[in-house]
Amino acid sequence: MPLLAKLLVQRIALGLLLLFLVSILIFVGTIVLPGDVAQSILGQSATPEALANLRAELGVNDPPVARYFAWLGGVLTGDLGTALTSGLDIAESLASRLRNTLFLAFWAAVIAVPLAIFLGLLAVRYRERWPDKLISAVTLASISVPEFLIGYVLMFFVGVKLGLFPSTAVSFRADASLDDKLESIALPIAVLTLVVLAHMMRMTRAAILNVMQSAYIETAELKGLRMFTIIRKHALPNSIAPIVNVVMLNLAYLVVGVVVVEVVFVYPGMGQYLVDHVSKRDVPVVQACGMVFATVYIGLNMVADIVSILANPRLRHPK
Amino acid sequence: MKDQIDYLKVRAALGKITRREFMGRMGALGVSAALANTMLADAVHAAGPQKGGTMRVGIQGGASSDSLDPALAANSVSTQVNRLWGEPLVELAPESGVEGKVAESFSSSPDARIWTFKIRQGITFSNGKTVTADDVVATIERHSGEETKSGALGLLRNIQNVSADGDSVVIELDGPNADLPYYMADYHLMIQPNGGKDDPTAAIGTGPYILKEVDMGVRFIAEKNPNYWGDLGHADTIEVLVINDNTARVAALQSGQVDMIDRVPPRTAGLIERAPNITVRTTSGPGHYVFIMHCDTAPFDNNDLRLALKYGMNRQEMVDKILFGYGSVGNDTPINASYPLYSEIEQREYDPDKAKFHLDKSGFDGTVLLRTSDNSFPGAPDASALFQQSCAAAGINVEIKREPNDGYWSEVWNKQPFCTSYWSGRPTQDQMYATAYLSTADWNDTRFNNEKFDQLLVAARAELDEAKRTQMYADMGTIVHNEGGLICPMFNDFVEATSDRIAGWVPGQKGFGLMNFYAAMKMWVAA
Amino acid sequence: MKNITFAAGIGLFFTSLYFLMAILAPLIAPYGMAEVVGGVWEPPSPEHLMGTDNIGRDLLTRMIYGGRTTIFIATAATILSFTTGTVFGLLAAVMGGWVDQLMSRFVDLLMSIPSLIFALVVLSVMPVTIPVLIVVMGLLDSTRVYRLARAVAVDINVMDFVEAARLRGEGRVWIIFREILPNALSPLVAEMGLRFIFAVLFVSTLSFLGLGVQPPAADWGGIVKENSDGIVYGIGAALWPAVAIATLAISVNLVADWVLNRTTSLKGGRG
Repeated sequence: MPLLAKLLVQRIALGLLLLFLVSILIFVGTIVLPGDVAQSILGQSATPEALANLRAELGVNDPPVARYFAWLGGVLTGDLGTALTSGLDIAESLASRLRNTLFLAFWAAVIAVPLAIFLGLLAVRYRERWPDKLISAVTLASISVPEFLIGYVLMFFVGVKLGLFPSTAVSFRADASLDDKLESIALPIAVLTLVVLAHMMRMTRAAILNVMQSAYIETAELKGLRMFTIIRKHALPNSIAPIVNVVMLNLAYLVVGVVVVEVVFVYPGMGQYLVDHVSKRDVPVVQACGMVFATVYIGLNMVADIVSILANPRLRHPK
Repeated sequence: MKDQIDYLKVRAALGKITRREFMGRMGALGVSAALANTMLADAVHAAGPQKGGTMRVGIQGGASSDSLDPALAANSVSTQVNRLWGEPLVELAPESGVEGKVAESFSSSPDARIWTFKIRQGITFSNGKTVTADDVVATIERHSGEETKSGALGLLRNIQNVSADGDSVVIELDGPNADLPYYMADYHLMIQPNGGKDDPTAAIGTGPYILKEVDMGVRFIAEKNPNYWGDLGHADTIEVLVINDNTARVAALQSGQVDMIDRVPPRTAGLIERAPNITVRTTSGPGHYVFIMHCDTAPFDNNDLRLALKYGMNRQEMVDKILFGYGSVGNDTPINASYPLYSEIEQREYDPDKAKFHLDKSGFDGTVLLRTSDNSFPGAPDASALFQQSCAAAGINVEIKREPNDGYWSEVWNKQPFCTSYWSGRPTQDQMYATAYLSTADWNDTRFNNEKFDQLLVAARAELDEAKRTQMYADMGTIVHNEGGLICPMFNDFVEATSDRIAGWVPGQKGFGLMNFYAAMKMWVAA
Repeated sequence: MKNITFAAGIGLFFTSLYFLMAILAPLIAPYGMAEVVGGVWEPPSPEHLMGTDNIGRDLLTRMIYGGRTTIFIATAATILSFTTGTVFGLLAAVMGGWVDQLMSRFVDLLMSIPSLIFALVVLSVMPVTIPVLIVVMGLLDSTRVYRLARAVAVDINVMDFVEAARLRGEGRVWIIFREILPNALSPLVAEMGLRFIFAVLFVSTLSFLGLGVQPPAADWGGIVKENSDGIVYGIGAALWPAVAIATLAISVNLVADWVLNRTTSLKGGRG
């Protein structure tokens, strides 16, 4: 499919350019933020001499432009450098955090995405009847409560009172068996599912309702097709663009935006890692995390755009 | 029946019958659950320490950006972890004074200017190397030298020379200081091989445990050091788990994922203690929540305005609502009864009339801007809102500005003229005053400059007569109380909790929380 | 209005109730917003209908004033994000070519900077006032709306009736507002209801970072946060604002659903 190949090449090239711009923006952002790494490390016990010595040792006295290019040079040769604060290798720590984040996001997505689309279809099928209303009310209520509140409630009632699942993820070990790992993150998965479900479900419902008014749906109906078949075969494919976009937004959220859930359930993911280093002004780590997050966003947006194009025959074969 | 109860207590304490069985049988004997619980705890304690098992500690304050270098330790987690693998020369004794660790004993010249620490013989680092006086000298050098980045630098300023003399270390100061041993107990000053100059983050020391697994900001696993010289450490393994969220920490304790936690939110401590297998432990300490004004910046350069604000503070309400009773009222000095040479001064009460009087006298009629953040102390924005209300009753207008948590210590504290802050306190008056109230101190966060106060501070260091020294500190306290830029509404207690899976808590330990972070090593796994 | 459904009725009732409370806050609140009137977490009583909060302020009063902040910020931010997001999204879809590429990639750029860093940088450089909060939130959110609007519009843009309008010689404005917008409305309205909820929650996320509204002012999410220690013990001060957020969210979305039904039936097609 030459169109797909052309699109891919074009978008990947643009994506790389975007990554470069993002790295500059994040770098400038961390420079603009008040405070610096030495001050943040020493905190309330900082003395002027200790600060000066630490700054010299960390090399943060160099001009920003020089530091940026030193960083860029490192990245291009595959070296993310070491964290200023802990002295640990960034690639190594980042990799383990990213694995954890993707693990959690993956399982939350595996449950939430099909469930959301299924519930969306169900709501259309029984439109304006009680299943529709029930699904709407429950999912709306679940996203409109702050996520830490859902987290605390599940933690306390399911974890402490009923003892069904571990109340926090402190027992999570990356090298444990899949069963153990899933058990220790059961509650975070549940919270994340509740948080992203409503958005995708409502968009599915709205997008399908939008095309249900079209003449070809009426034709299908008059042909005597079953309601569910109509929705699945005729309505869903034609409303894929908004659904894919919203699904991608939520997938990105699962990877990038779960700091609160990580903090509440003590899960060692990227979000917490980024927040720790932003507050210490550890620029190389913030840059590395920023790059990973940006890649996720750009990649998912690209997938969404390409799927939308492929799903629409008129876009697939432009005149 | 008493025999039966005693028998059961012994059995339970030795772990021959389970807790559940014990409670069941006591119930059958007509003993209430609460009483049975207390009996079990007493019996377990009386049976003495048991060896083995895993102790799991859930504490707050760690981040993935922490370093294992003790020079950079700046939070509870680093302090706890350093205590496992390392030891300073001396440590605060449980009740008062200091006790030897790497140093077996210490003595000073009569004028308290030259100090000699005798190194404990035959003890080894966890890499097998024997500890020598040179290692200690190198450690002090690393923390106080020209090149240092250590958080302990401020304490070590007065050291003129450090040298090894056989198996002793001799420290010469530039003036007398009767409190030097307290300085050496600082949590940064872990003795490392060659002072940690070769590899500061190696976590090799003389401590009772050896670090086996490190996942920064997540968990640390340490195993008993078989060659440890002392009697600390009962569990085979200690796991330190970083749990920064208050509710999660409590839930982890309640569901048995950890055995002890620090920083229980005061408002919920009472609710938590209702659970049968959990004990809340409170320890009063020198930590205090403060509102600090720069004495050299308008409008706070006017002592009448400072007094007006001091009288506008409702201290009891703060203790009741912010600490929920887990603490005591402050008196606008950084010192409370936990200090060795403490003497009381008259308590300042909330008095809107006096506040109004001083406000009128100061001639100030504008609005005072108070900066705050949750990062300064837990509940600081709430405390600020209470202060705003109590001041309003005296006709003082206070405006609150919430600053980002992020960057509070670098951008607001010690920079802005009026803000909320926290001091963890120091083991002695000298150290507390020298750290933050001496006119030349780096952390003089109230910009306090009082000649008489400075003279008294230096004189008190050389004063070896305890009564005279106590009087000097009382005079200094009065000066700060009346003229300082410090509004100290409350001293917070450490509120912590342990499960009954572990035993051996000793109340009243000086220093930081969790028995000065020795709880994991002094307590044992009982069930 | 005569064919209003029962659900929409409930939605309209609660939405207007909350909006009215927000507007009339100073008139109906029983106490002053920052006034300390009792002990910590007192249970409901005749003096304090919902009890008191974590430092002894009347919870009902805090809720009324909190609703005012929350609803105002969320409404303003949603309107801002919607107008900018939709207008630029539709424009990009209709113009196509390099204009589309440029705007879309710029939005990708904004979206791919972690919003935590974005918010921290912007709010540490600018003063944290309510207008600044609204603009920051509105613009951050408008990138999401833009993507959706563009995706829907690109699909519609190649339909026969749009082609026909082009051949008729209609201008771009006509095509955007008369041809595409009505046909893209239903996912957009659905999105608007959700964006409103996200805006309400974002205000409280900011207070998580120590940003957000200045004390002693309140917002619903902030009240939940201030009292969060009490959540698992069923303390009302932590739960009532969450209930308020949830009912507001559901009501606004019920109204949105109703609007959605009306617009889809306006669109023609089947009668």
